[in-house]
Amino acid sequence: MSDILAVADHRRGELRDVSYEIITAGRELADQTGGELHLVIISGTVDEFAEKANRDGVDVIHTVDHGEEFNHDVYTQAISQLYDECGPQFVLAPNSVNGLDYAPAVANELDLPIVTDTVGLESDGETLVANREMYGGKVETTVEVDSGPAVATIRSAEWPTAEGTGDASIEAFDADIDEDAVGSSVNGFEEVGGGDVDISEADVLVSVGRGIEEEENLDIIRDLADALDATLSSSRPIVDNGWLPKNRQVGQSGKVVTPDVYIAIGISGAVQHVAGMKGSDTIVAINTDENAPIMDIADYAIYDDLFDVVPALTEEFQ
Amino acid sequence: MATHETMMKILVTVKEVATVEDEFDIDGTAIADQYLGADLNEWDDYAIEEAVQLQEDGVADEVVTVTIGPEDCEQTIRQALAKGADRAIRVWDDSLEGVDLLDVGAKTDILRAVVEEEDPDLVLSGVQSGDDSFGATGVSLAADLGLQWGAVVNDLEHDFEDGTASVRRELEGGVEELTNIELPAVLTIQTGINEPRYASLRGIRQAQRKELDVQSLADLGVDEGVVEGDLTLTGMFEPETESDVTVFEGGADNTAGQLADLLREKGVAP
Ligand SMILES: Cc1cc2nc3c(=O)[nH]c(=O)nc-3n(C[C@H](O)[C@H](O)[C@H](O)COP(=O)(O)OP(=O)(O)OC[C@H]3O[C@@H](n4cnc5c(N)ncnc54)[C@H](O)[C@@H]3O)c2cc1C
Ligand SMILES: Nc1ncnc2c1ncn2[C@@H]1O[C@H](COP(=O)(O)O)[C@@H](O)[C@H]1O
Repeated sequence: MSDILAVADHRRGELRDVSYEIITAGRELADQTGGELHLVIISGTVDEFAEKANRDGVDVIHTVDHGEEFNHDVYTQAISQLYDECGPQFVLAPNSVNGLDYAPAVANELDLPIVTDTVGLESDGETLVANREMYGGKVETTVEVDSGPAVATIRSAEWPTAEGTGDASIEAFDADIDEDAVGSSVNGFEEVGGGDVDISEADVLVSVGRGIEEEENLDIIRDLADALDATLSSSRPIVDNGWLPKNRQVGQSGKVVTPDVYIAIGISGAVQHVAGMKGSDTIVAINTDENAPIMDIADYAIYDDLFDVVPALTEEFQ
Repeated sequence: MATHETMMKILVTVKEVATVEDEFDIDGTAIADQYLGADLNEWDDYAIEEAVQLQEDGVADEVVTVTIGPEDCEQTIRQALAKGADRAIRVWDDSLEGVDLLDVGAKTDILRAVVEEEDPDLVLSGVQSGDDSFGATGVSLAADLGLQWGAVVNDLEHDFEDGTASVRRELEGGVEELTNIELPAVLTIQTGINEPRYASLRGIRQAQRKELDVQSLADLGVDEGVVEGDLTLTGMFEPETESDVTVFEGGADNTAGQLADLLREKGVAP
């Protein structure tokens, strides 16, 4: 047992980027364990997906042709059966919303330890050592998993995407899915966050986070956005509180934005936020906390109280 | 499990999370105590609110919370009682003292015993805990108990026709999945699903009189060995950064001036 079994992620007919990243992560690990990298693609147009995912580093691609869209019971059953058949050392799944909907169940079903949201993985062939963050990204930890097989989920955008054309063998896996055990069904999808503004079109974004404290205080951010002729956006808590509509939310579950200038005000820079704005040309952060994770990607920073800095900045443009 | 024509019983898993001050020191594999604070896990706050609303809507008749945590966290648990939960269970044991990182498997084993004892129709947990951020306990618990589940739920319809929960799962990129899930089930609740209330003074007073039942692992029939878990925290450090951030220094007027110059340089605003 030294192989790696990685699970691809897709939605509504598209393989998601993390599927290519998990190939890189899986290949690195397989090189360390001295085994093969197996990739499994479950549901959807599996043959087409298999062709796309056949990149450098993959040894075997297993396809499970069952249903169109993601269903966690189907995934859990298919992965568990494939695990029993292939006997890999480690199972890798994406730390996506769907990954978190089946990976813990797979670990439970197979009675394996699980370590989630990893940003680094290493193994001597027996033991898995993972790096992961805690406390909203304030610290990174090293976690050793008990010797033996384990399940790990990988954070997206931490490993580069695998490139090149691979020569994996593509094998249809005939999973025996027990339909009676499938207790949930998907009735459709809905896009949310439409409306009057499209923040992903903006050249300059003034973006506000929980540091603003109260809804009334948003006025000082609006004034700044007006003075700069910029568009207002925010982190998730502002939208959760109902202070701004969903279409203003930047991040993993909101919009991905790539403005010329992104001004993050009172935003800590949680990974799910950064996923939506790290492609901005110039990032400015205004935050009292010098250690906030946003500083890792900021180009310019002011370590000070936003209630002092923002009005002063607005005044500069009036 | 109860039939769904009758009123539902809801169990909410509630965690007190550790918060960290802006400036802190790491002491071995932990953040030094003096920099740590405590708070109700943000995601669980939304789960509590959803449960209390189900009760107010006449769908649920009992809301029970369960927490694995030391005596210190009772104040946090009482917040849930003050917001409307009926009673609380706190699981603690000498064997849990000093455990650095209670992993998903260990939490599952402990919480399973409570679910078996309480026999709820619906278990609400948070998507993740703000400190450990495993994001896995709810789904693991469901799988272990043979219940159904749904992860990252940001909408729940309050009529459970045919014993089914109609939910929305929040996927990436502003896409929501509309899903039906058979009960009994565990749902992991995402922030924004509702507006968590503040506890009223009356609620806070009442909470003092509500039942908070403390159980040991032995009481639950859980083997002490489970707390060992499968994960060992072997290192903690401040993340390395490739940051080459330019910091504007001085008072607010000064820094605002420097930033204004930069923005003009970048062609922002007149
Ligand atoms: C599945 C999932 C999906 C998610 N999707 C998203 C998403 O799409 N977008 C998103 O943003 N988040 C998302 N999140 C939430 C994310 O994990 C964080 O909780 C969130 O981004 C934090 O927002 P924040 O930075 O505004 O708040 P906090 O993390 O609370 O940060 C507030 C910051 O303000 C600073 N501050 C406080 N007072 C002041 C002051 N007076 N002056 C200056 N600075 C001050 C603090 O130092 C702190 O850094 C998601 C989470 C999950 C689990
Ligand atoms: N110690 C605990 N006691 C009670 N519930 C917990 C505990 N740890 C985690 N949970 C629940 O599981 C959810 C997910 O936590 P985690 O998997 O640790 O990120 C939390 O939002 C809680 O609802």
